[in-house]
Amino acid sequence: MKNLAYIIIGSILGIVLYKSEAASWFRIYEMFQFDSFHMYGLIGSALVVGIVLVQWIKKSKMKSFSGESISIPDKERSFYRYIIGGTLFGLGWALAGACPGPIYILVGAGYWPIIIVLVGAVLGAFVYGIVRPKLPH
Amino acid sequence: MLYQPWPWYVAGPLIALIMALLILMGKRFGMSSNLDTFCSIGGAGRITDYFKIDVKSKRWNLLVVLGSAIGGFVGANLLSPNPAVDISDKTVAKLQELGFDSAGTSYLPTELFGMESLADPKVWIVLLVAGFLVGFGTRYAGGCTSGHAISGLSNLQLPSLIAVIGFFIGGLIMVHLLFPLIFAS
Repeated sequence: MKNLAYIIIGSILGIVLYKSEAASWFRIYEMFQFDSFHMYGLIGSALVVGIVLVQWIKKSKMKSFSGESISIPDKERSFYRYIIGGTLFGLGWALAGACPGPIYILVGAGYWPIIIVLVGAVLGAFVYGIVRPKLPH
Repeated sequence: MLYQPWPWYVAGPLIALIMALLILMGKRFGMSSNLDTFCSIGGAGRITDYFKIDVKSKRWNLLVVLGSAIGGFVGANLLSPNPAVDISDKTVAKLQELGFDSAGTSYLPTELFGMESLADPKVWIVLLVAGFLVGFGTRYAGGCTSGHAISGLSNLQLPSLIAVIGFFIGGLIMVHLLFPLIFAS
């Protein structure tokens, strides 16, 4: 049952990101050109609703569906890993026109060349795992 | 209505609801950690301890990935009679200057994602390098658009704000400084 729930949540996410064109290379390019409000409205409205929901879940000490207490751990404090890693990610995001979620979505949509992007992404994660001890974090 | 592109004020709140639903299921909204899981499944744990993770504990997120692909199939094949993305005229003009004649007529540029374009080795390199930067960058930063820009910022995390600033520094450098070098012929 729970497995099916995850698949359904993923499917809704896929449909929403595809239909809102957040999975379109063109929308990402347009966003970095500041030519349209679309992507800013999308991320901004997700954030406003997200902040309200997360703060509500935390303040009300809401339990999970299975009755466990919910704790959302803080992100580890650091500067370099976020700014350097983030910048490298941004370079790839703009070139591929897709971040990880939309990569999977576009595979499903049948844009087969995106599989090359996916292979590159797994390779990138793999290389990061190897060179990690040598990088500033 | 369903068959038209969905407006941002419908899609944005829905994304936040999906994040909240996952939190209430005791999980977190983050798509890029799956890349690590793929490495672990491929046996990368034998090379470095970083990939020695319990794949079973990540299975739920792989199911979300499977669902996303199904959602992409449904969105593209059943809900989108017209795949063209209505980007602004200014954007179309800029892209045509870079050689993207498909701007405004398709969902993805056929110059990069059409099967015929795979005859050009340069396209393979562009897609592979783009993917590599996405994968390396997101694991270095500890999250991507879902983990930092949506989940992290919703939880008012300063590290996520730094990461998102990084996303934009990288994106702006790519589009404004590197695109003319990569694509203009």
